[in-house]
Amino acid sequence: MEVKENMHVADAEMHGGHDHHDDHHQTFWTKYVFSTDHKMISKQFLITAIIMAFLAMGMSMIFRLQLAWPNESFPFLEHIIGKWGKNGKLDPGFYLALVTIHGTIMVFMVLTGGLSGTFSNLLIPLQVGARDMASGFLNMLSYWFFFASSVVMFSSLFIESGPASGGWTVYPPLSALPQAIPGSGLGMTLWLVSMVLFIVSALLGGINYIATVINLRTKGMSMTRLPLTVWAFLITAILGVLSFPVLVAAALLLVFDRSMGTSFYLSDIFIGGVPLEHTGGSPILYQHLFWFLGHPEVYIVLLPALGLASEVISTMSRKPIFGYKAMIGSMLVIAFLSFIVWGHHMFITGMNPFLGSVFVFTTLLVAIPSAVKVFNYIATLWKANIVLSPAMMFAIGLVSFFITGGLTGIILGDSALDINIHDTYFVVAHFHIVMGSSAIFGMFAGVYHWFPRMYGRMMNKTMGYIHFWLTIICVYGVFFPMHFLGLAGVPRRYYANTAYESWDQLININQLVTVFAIIAGVAQVIFAINFFYSMFKGRKARQNPWNSNTLEWTAPIEHLHGNWPGAIPEVHRWPYDYSKPGAKEDFIPQTVPFSQTPESNQPGDH
Amino acid sequence: MDFLTILALVLGILVIVRLMNVSQLAAVLSGDNEEDEQDRHNHLNRIGMMFFMVVGLGLMIYMTFKYKPFMLPEAASKHGVKIDFLLNLNFAVIGLVFFITQIFLFWFVYKYIHDRKRRALFYPENHKLEFIWTIVPTIVLAALIVTGLKEWNQITQNHPDDGMKVQVYGYQFNWIARYAGPDNKLGRSNFKLISDTNPLGVDYSDPASADDIMTKGNEMLLPKGVPIQFQFNSRDVIHSAYFPHFRTQMNCVPGMNTAFYMEPTITTDEMRKITNNDKFDYILVCNKVCGVAHYSMKMKVSVVEPAAFTAWLGGEKKVVPADFAAAASDKKETPPAVQQTSAL
Repeated sequence: MEVKENMHVADAEMHGGHDHHDDHHQTFWTKYVFSTDHKMISKQFLITAIIMAFLAMGMSMIFRLQLAWPNESFPFLEHIIGKWGKNGKLDPGFYLALVTIHGTIMVFMVLTGGLSGTFSNLLIPLQVGARDMASGFLNMLSYWFFFASSVVMFSSLFIESGPASGGWTVYPPLSALPQAIPGSGLGMTLWLVSMVLFIVSALLGGINYIATVINLRTKGMSMTRLPLTVWAFLITAILGVLSFPVLVAAALLLVFDRSMGTSFYLSDIFIGGVPLEHTGGSPILYQHLFWFLGHPEVYIVLLPALGLASEVISTMSRKPIFGYKAMIGSMLVIAFLSFIVWGHHMFITGMNPFLGSVFVFTTLLVAIPSAVKVFNYIATLWKANIVLSPAMMFAIGLVSFFITGGLTGIILGDSALDINIHDTYFVVAHFHIVMGSSAIFGMFAGVYHWFPRMYGRMMNKTMGYIHFWLTIICVYGVFFPMHFLGLAGVPRRYYANTAYESWDQLININQLVTVFAIIAGVAQVIFAINFFYSMFKGRKARQNPWNSNTLEWTAPIEHLHGNWPGAIPEVHRWPYDYSKPGAKEDFIPQTVPFSQTPESNQPGDH
Repeated sequence: MDFLTILALVLGILVIVRLMNVSQLAAVLSGDNEEDEQDRHNHLNRIGMMFFMVVGLGLMIYMTFKYKPFMLPEAASKHGVKIDFLLNLNFAVIGLVFFITQIFLFWFVYKYIHDRKRRALFYPENHKLEFIWTIVPTIVLAALIVTGLKEWNQITQNHPDDGMKVQVYGYQFNWIARYAGPDNKLGRSNFKLISDTNPLGVDYSDPASADDIMTKGNEMLLPKGVPIQFQFNSRDVIHSAYFPHFRTQMNCVPGMNTAFYMEPTITTDEMRKITNNDKFDYILVCNKVCGVAHYSMKMKVSVVEPAAFTAWLGGEKKVVPADFAAAASDKKETPPAVQQTSAL
């Protein structure tokens, strides 16, 4: 304990000594490009992710047009995607490429890199009371690997044989054999390179987040006084560090199979008129490895969003989060279970049915901590004093999606039911609602809530509300009807329906979905304009615009390298003392000692 | 044309920026403090939330009924009926939870909107309540798990092993079905033997292949009321054999045999009457992305009475070509030991 205190004093002196020195000598390159300051890196992650998100959203617009009006031609396509849209008709191979890259970018670049990268970076040091990340340099590398990965993924759109197109899960043999699909040529190589770069970034970020939370908490910041955001980021980082290396292994073996003639995933294949030499491999091995990452990945995406929502909901309800410890406990349980449920993606691959039963059991267990989280959110709202800031609106939207999408997960996790809806639009609806929309709403909540912390200005509220309403209506409008398509048996990743006449009757659902998707796209443009406009012209923010308890609002608005001038504030209480009976105001920041609040102290407070 | 599009986009963006300026200025000019402004937003948005919930839930119910006729018609297999029952049971449970939780969520937002004269209730935990809402979902889920797994075991494991053997073989981008014939044994196959005349790579020297029959067109028939033991294979990439009406699906994985046991219970003709659609047909589609023409990989499936099935099967193609079969029967005179070596 003493050692730790001394360290902090030393730390404060050291930084206090050269803070100004740093500020004076920063060049454009060290400040905005190769920055080691966590606040700048978080903005770099956020803006890169926004750009990638627009790219991936644009792709979805193109394939939504195809799905809704398969017989129309859209001449403007030829201007955007060239030979893939000849005469305004989308090429079927490029359709698959769009679906693949849309999924990859959204899952990895936007919801993993963009969400964890932005908010872990911004909030971990500021909320635990640290000068910066444990290693600023590794943190900088983490961003630049992420950037490189995004660039490589983007560049794969411009090569002649087209980008990877075997779906974002890139199952071999399809992804291993260029003879099987053009996208499995150079495009797939670039996909793999991009993913490996991404994983390096995720690991560099992850170990940094873990080290920072464990080692650099300020005096008094015990683990049970951490805001739920930090808990969520910590657990997310641990998940990432444990699961991403497995994806590297999967990718590496795929590289070997593709270019060195090994047979990890390939066996008994006859393609292009000739039998291949590969024998003894198993395509199912890849699926096990992929989903060993792939399932924790879902929670890597979701947990930070839930963490952000917890913080926003508690603050804007002016009420402590209900069941703080149960919230942490359920995140830990979800994280643990996420490692033993991957097989539910593989019920019908021919995996041993008994093994399937085990995965059904573990999968449905996940519903319990998830239900606890939802009930706790609702209980937090009960008898609250709710301020509907745009961030709060998005947090409530998140809870709504988490319920809707989570419940359909109970059906998909039941192997007997999965037989018939596996790989149909029911699955597409499920994961876009529970993982995609929930997580992106968490991200929006985070952006609206912490924008003043990032840029010292407020985002425009009116535009925020318009953005929220258009988005939530459109998300439900896009993804809810997809359940009907799925229950009608329509398979996903179909370029057009030529398979089954009865499905033609469902074309009006597809048109409805596409119209909503286009409106949703326009709504995101409103967000982008609001974001960039407010960065320069937004109203100046107060020091603590949401009357929040957490430490980040005690740091000066002007960004200092080292976050606080002078000593780092000490923490004396948990972060959720909102509306404490007897207190003068409806919030008591973590930095206020109990000795200053005799009027509101309760038995056990010390 | 393009110039106009760009112009429209730029104008749209300018309009939004302008609107933001105005809303910001209006807030400043009206002399409101931040709290008054937020109060107005709260009021408007809580009504929005309530409206959204009521209209949203209403639309969901309406759409569910509207699109009910487009959903899959009743299951045409023995196990499928049970799956449908289970699905409906699950929907009843999650539907109930869905309505309760969404209503509470939006209703609380409406009811407990910010009021400067009021304080929220400081209520950080209640162990009893938390215990209840951990235990109740656990019990409900346990019930769902048990009923689901019972069905799953029934479908995948606890079935007699005497079904009619049918191989469903996927390749880019079509299907072939092979019937095991009177001996109910599928002849061995090897991908290295695949050729134009032997698309399944069947090993002709295996006696079990002599009576195997494969489909010659893009249609397969199945006899009603006869249990079928499907074996699934692929020669190139992973495909997924999906028979939506039989609630049957299994991946076709190169280098591996996968299986599914099922029994069709409704003939195509009967289903046409049930659905009131005289063009109705069963279908087999590919449900795992397998290449550019994935979406067109399909096969018509017809369920007929067993007698009609036998008649149809007689007209399909023998897997072993006639000339080879003749040559093989000549070879019958050679000692059996030699034949065995060649088979190995």
